[in-house]
Amino acid sequence: MPVLEQQSDLLQQFAAGEIGAFEILFHEHQAEVFRWIVRIVRDAGVAEDITIETFWRLHKAHARFDPKRSFGAWARRIATNAALDYLKSRRLEVPLADEIAAADCCDPALRRDMREKTQRAFHKLPPKLRVVAALALIEEQPYAEIADALGISVGAVKLRVLRALRRLRKHLKQMGIEP
Amino acid sequence: MNKHEEESIRDLLKQSVTPVNAELSRDLWPQMLQRIAQQANAVPWFDWALLGLLVLWWVLSPSSLPVLLYHL
Repeated sequence: MPVLEQQSDLLQQFAAGEIGAFEILFHEHQAEVFRWIVRIVRDAGVAEDITIETFWRLHKAHARFDPKRSFGAWARRIATNAALDYLKSRRLEVPLADEIAAADCCDPALRRDMREKTQRAFHKLPPKLRVVAALALIEEQPYAEIADALGISVGAVKLRVLRALRRLRKHLKQMGIEP
Repeated sequence: MNKHEEESIRDLLKQSVTPVNAELSRDLWPQMLQRIAQQANAVPWFDWALLGLLVLWWVLSPSSLPVLLYHL
């Protein structure tokens, strides 16, 4: 049987609720979904939990899945929503200590307090802007991929990037940093 | 905000918050199965609501309970 036909059968079996098909898709996509989530939440332990949550949501919604569409793209969109829900539930968190330590390696010329303040400014961003800032500005993911994952247009992603930059500038100025 | 400011904030952010290159270190399927099993054993909220209504009915009108039990 050709590979494409096999994949189509697999997706149909998943949509029909077969756990075996779900297991195959889980193993095919778990690493990719995890990588996407960790770019947003920036913590591997949390990303594992959200990966499980994502696949749980996919499993629950199997009947709504259209087998003609890409499973990967659908999984990425649900993963983004799950990560966004996590960020919303943990608003105003402070940067993790190991994140600050990890940043020490990058540019010794940049003062530590400046890095800390920039991280604080980043963590103060509203979740919707933080997701876009993390994916577009830090991880340098293509705008089209971000748009697809968020279910918005590329123009809307660009707008959110601009709004995130403006917010960052405002927060940095409040902390005494003139970019 | 001008182009120069935009670029400097981008640079500052990139130097302060490093990209994450974490890879999944283990298979998450066992946890997934656990999650599915947990949810399968969970009692739906509707059942709890129904039980609550029955208890409320019994508290408010204890004399009608034998009638209800007779019809079950």
